Amino acid sequence: MSQPVIEIRNLNVGYGLGDQGVRAVRDVNLTLHRGEVLGLAGESGSGKSTLAYGMTRLLAPPGVITGGEVIYHPEQGDPYDVLSLSDSQLRKFRWNETAIVFQGAMNSLNPVHKIATQLTDVLKAHEPKMSETQRNARAREMLKLVGIAPDRMDAYPHQLSGGMRQRVMIGMALILQPQVVIMDEPTTALDVVMQRQILGQLIELRERLGFSVIFITHDLSLLVEFSNRIAIMYGGRIVEEAPASAIYRDALHPYSKGLLGSFPALKGPRRELTGIPGSPPDLKGMPSGCSFHPRCPKAFDPCGSEIPMLENRPDNRSVACWLVNS
Amino acid sequence: MTSIPEAKAPADEVVLEAIGLTKHFPVRRRLRDLFSNRHDAVHAVDDVHLTLRRGQVVALVGESGSGKSTVARLLAQLYPRTGGDIRLHGQSTKVKSGSAFRAYCARVQMIFQDPFASLNPVHTIRYHLTRALKIHGNAGKTDADLEKALHELLQRVSLTPPERYLDKFPHELSGGQRQRVAIARALGAEPEALLADEPVSMLDVSIRLGILNLLRDLKERFNLAILYITHDIASARYFADQTMVMYAGRMVEGGDSETVTQSPAHPYTRLLIDSAPDPDRLTGVSDVEDEDRGNGEPPSLIHPPAGCRFHPRCPMAMPRCSAETPVPLEIGDVPGHWAACWLYDSSEVAK
Repeated sequence: MSQPVIEIRNLNVGYGLGDQGVRAVRDVNLTLHRGEVLGLAGESGSGKSTLAYGMTRLLAPPGVITGGEVIYHPEQGDPYDVLSLSDSQLRKFRWNETAIVFQGAMNSLNPVHKIATQLTDVLKAHEPKMSETQRNARAREMLKLVGIAPDRMDAYPHQLSGGMRQRVMIGMALILQPQVVIMDEPTTALDVVMQRQILGQLIELRERLGFSVIFITHDLSLLVEFSNRIAIMYGGRIVEEAPASAIYRDALHPYSKGLLGSFPALKGPRRELTGIPGSPPDLKGMPSGCSFHPRCPKAFDPCGSEIPMLENRPDNRSVACWLVNS
Repeated sequence: MTSIPEAKAPADEVVLEAIGLTKHFPVRRRLRDLFSNRHDAVHAVDDVHLTLRRGQVVALVGESGSGKSTVARLLAQLYPRTGGDIRLHGQSTKVKSGSAFRAYCARVQMIFQDPFASLNPVHTIRYHLTRALKIHGNAGKTDADLEKALHELLQRVSLTPPERYLDKFPHELSGGQRQRVAIARALGAEPEALLADEPVSMLDVSIRLGILNLLRDLKERFNLAILYITHDIASARYFADQTMVMYAGRMVEGGDSETVTQSPAHPYTRLLIDSAPDPDRLTGVSDVEDEDRGNGEPPSLIHPPAGCRFHPRCPMAMPRCSAETPVPLEIGDVPGHWAACWLYDSSEVAK
């Protein structure tokens, strides 16, 4: 396996402090390798977005990082901990090294500025030595890369369709050639046809430019198709991590199985599906032991009292479940 | 409440029918349009035919902006229609407000997409359900009757024990539970038809199937006719007996769900199915025929393309497609499977 780009170690993120606080991300360990697409799946409230914002230090108060480290390995030089960077170091790290495409990205463009202004603004801030012609040339190049005719540079966001705005956002994220791109539900607001076009293009760009992607979504079937490895989150913890095909063929954790069984198939025999009974846990009143045990069809003795740890298995996957971990 | 005789009507009875249903929304005229004789309109729904039968689920599939929600709102008589007809048990109906609208509502109920918005946050579940029961005259005579009816409603949507939920506020319930309350409220009117506008798309993935299975169960127990509106064609295959596909305000294909999803005829339906996430296509990112699968975006509905509205994106477009609007044509593989596409015109095939 290729070398790691980002290593998350024992990351804990919460909202609020003291008695009122909730722990949204608990003891997460995760490694993103170079050139890989890592899928992060889970229901709403499972902590997947909090994890992404926590590791990039974008979390707004009352969100607090309560422990752990995020080791970033730059292409040249020594690895460092993102969580201990000073403000000016952080400014250099952001966008140059990691970029984020936000949820509902199509609405994150400023409606009163032209696309060109917004694209070159990034370069102005991060590459002050660049001349204006260079900046414009770079912006045109980026637009071409994501499949928008460069003559749309002077358009305002409302003149573009949702899919095009999403492409502009992706182009903007890539403009400084970051090593890591985090995409938080990048296509949920788009139609399936547009979703496929944009993701296809993203994967193609990744092959050409060689960045790594963390892809956050609740749509597991999409992840199975587009990512190399998948980590599944439930109640703030990673419950299973494995290569995409392994999750799809042979998921070990009952929650992963339930999640896979929640998507009706378009092909193959028609089966009666059940989804998962119950509803996702409330972060304020987490069940004791494994947080999935009240909904788990296979819960047994230790599940209600002891928390299963994510254990590495020989076949390059890990799972946190008493059924498997013994 | 207990007076509902289960399965009183014969199955397959037509409850609600749309014939040539059309809706155009006027566009605000600009100053220069005032001097010309132009009246622009968004052609949201054009010439839609739809039949809802007792005990059957019809799915309406399409992208956002294809007009599928407008169809539901037209059928619920929330919008006046521009043209065409809506028939309830064969009788043309047009209601605007007042008692006629109430009477119509009692037979055709709608379930909205967002259960976070469709329940009033300052009222309890008891209030929501009591209102539905009282307005439609199903509350009985005494308080005990009402209480019994309330319990029964919650039991029908598997919110048990009912006492635990009756006096809660919507914010105390999860999304799935709220949608169940919304369904219970619709059932309070004892409707014959349910119009479900994306009932699960706002819910967590793991509980979506629970709601769909509940709707299916209710359909069987009360012999309901259900219109299921969705953008997820895989769930239409799972849940619906019949599937209709809409594109840019027009129906492009219809038939039984299995046939439409397994052997799609219209190029748009094929594009839709090819685009759906498919775990079996493992990291098969670069599809070979990516180029001729039809790219681009849905057209503007103010000036929709002439002829077939899909022709600018269609990889198989012929000259005829941009000139003549295709009529529904039988495919011939399975009875009832049709597509509005000139490719299936027998005179075209003969050439």
